[in-house]
Amino acid sequence: MGGEVLELLLEPFAYSYMARAIWVSALVGGVCAFLSCYLVLKGWSLMGDALSHAVVPGVAVAYLVKLPYAAGAFAAGLLAALAMAAVQRVTLLREDAAIGLVFTTMFAAGLLIVSVNPASVSVQTIIMGNVLAIADEDVVQVVGIAAVALAVLLLRWRDLMLAFFDASHAQAVGLSPWRLRVLFFVLLSACTVAALQTVGAIMVIAMVVTPGATAYLLTDRFGRMLVVAVLIGTGTAASGAYVSYFLDGATGGLIVVAQTLAFLAAFAFAPKHGRLAAWRRTRAASSGGADR
Amino acid sequence: MTEALGAPPPAAMRAPQEAASLAVVDVSVRYANGVAAVERASFTLDRPTICGLVGVNGSGKSSLFKALMGFVPTGGGTIRIAGLPVERALKRGLVAYVPQSEEVDWNFPVLVEDVVMMGRYGHMGLLRIPRAADRAAVDVALARVGMAELRHRQIGELSGGQKKRAFLARALAQGAWVILLDEPFTGIDLTTEQAIVELMREMRDEGRLMLVSTHNLGSVPEFCDQVVLFNRTVLAFGPTETTFTAENLARTFGAALRHVRLGGADLHDDADARHVTVLTDDERPLVLYGARGRQAVVPPGQEEAPK
Repeated sequence: MGGEVLELLLEPFAYSYMARAIWVSALVGGVCAFLSCYLVLKGWSLMGDALSHAVVPGVAVAYLVKLPYAAGAFAAGLLAALAMAAVQRVTLLREDAAIGLVFTTMFAAGLLIVSVNPASVSVQTIIMGNVLAIADEDVVQVVGIAAVALAVLLLRWRDLMLAFFDASHAQAVGLSPWRLRVLFFVLLSACTVAALQTVGAIMVIAMVVTPGATAYLLTDRFGRMLVVAVLIGTGTAASGAYVSYFLDGATGGLIVVAQTLAFLAAFAFAPKHGRLAAWRRTRAASSGGADR
Repeated sequence: MTEALGAPPPAAMRAPQEAASLAVVDVSVRYANGVAAVERASFTLDRPTICGLVGVNGSGKSSLFKALMGFVPTGGGTIRIAGLPVERALKRGLVAYVPQSEEVDWNFPVLVEDVVMMGRYGHMGLLRIPRAADRAAVDVALARVGMAELRHRQIGELSGGQKKRAFLARALAQGAWVILLDEPFTGIDLTTEQAIVELMREMRDEGRLMLVSTHNLGSVPEFCDQVVLFNRTVLAFGPTETTFTAENLARTFGAALRHVRLGGADLHDDADARHVTVLTDDERPLVLYGARGRQAVVPPGQEEAPK
């Protein structure tokens, strides 16, 4: 009996496409989670959403001219980041308006391109992601992007933290906050592209926000926040992909559901910043006051 | 004392007197739209000192600070810190910046000791992995500002004065000789202010130069050796005693200040010719009794005392 259950649980790993979906998702989930810590702290969460939508025309054009889709997406992502900065600078519009304007425009352009060239690429794949059917050359692209991004982050995470926390001080110790910010956006664009394949344009926002938000509730130190976020990102992405085998559901949706569950658990039970702990403190304070 | 701060920055090898200098010559700063925030400002500080940079909000103090930090290009003029152009002085870790409280994200997940360790980044290798000397410098800096016991607190859990001290400790750990402080006394009580002023005096006595931007007039005569009165340009510069006068302040602040002058029969029963002058933005007023007389800080709520 026990053997049968085990056999059933291991069944997904018997299919190479399933095993591949699990580890590719885990890798992408981990890198996106790393970046999510910075986005969440800087209040730039919507930037991730914007970039993921803005890369769609890049993907469409890349398919059209038979370039690797990552190249097109990456170019579009950078274009979007620059456009947002430019709109903000020239018009004095607030950041959210600039983001909203640019990403809807680019998303619309992407849909238009795809709709007039229906043969080029499936809208469904871009928007919903499809890691189960990921092509070999796409795996190479995704792994390449994730590995490079992870390496850069591991080398420069402290500098990025300083530039995000206190740009003036970063400048004072000889770093260039501006260059570090550009580096961050390059990494974010690249990882958005990788996540597109895994969970789709609509769900990328969760990948680059939820793990960081969850980790923030669990620790007061940035280094630990990174570790916790990456563990959550990797774990939820892998388990979401794994469970999708049994439920026969969309991988992206399941990954995001897993992340939301992790967040809710932290929200309730985090040792210091959770609701339960807050409730205990209030109760202890009020009963302590009554004793005196 | 400097020895105890761990591995000194390369420039600390030279005499501190030389490192603690700041020359601003004819400096202008323009915004992108062409409006001048700072216009041909000049002043020179050539020895360890506490210098107040005094002016109303929006007078260009922050723009001047940004220029000193190399954040905005100067539209003409030259800045020399420790005899070096800004960029090179920054590269050597000679300049520290203590930010205004509103500029800091107090919810950021960093502990007090993490913030102080940030002062050591310029001394570390490319990967910014702390060495024993860096840890020692952090310990010493924390002890000096009296924050050793609070080192494991998240920064948002500190009081206003403790927050300031944490960032001063960072400047100390950095081993900076020129320290820019942006409105350090906003939102802290008088006792804490005095403790911080005491610390700044110690830092001056060991050879550091501090430029303190403030619109808090009452305490300027207490802690500033020199003042720069600023409104888009330097209106007056010199020792506090001779420069921080009612006339110069009236010129700097114009109508932005409440100006009360009491004398004659309002103040004395006899023929005493002296006046009491109160200059205030209704926060912490400056009270002058007599021509160049004593200065005192009137605690909030007791401004009516001279009557």
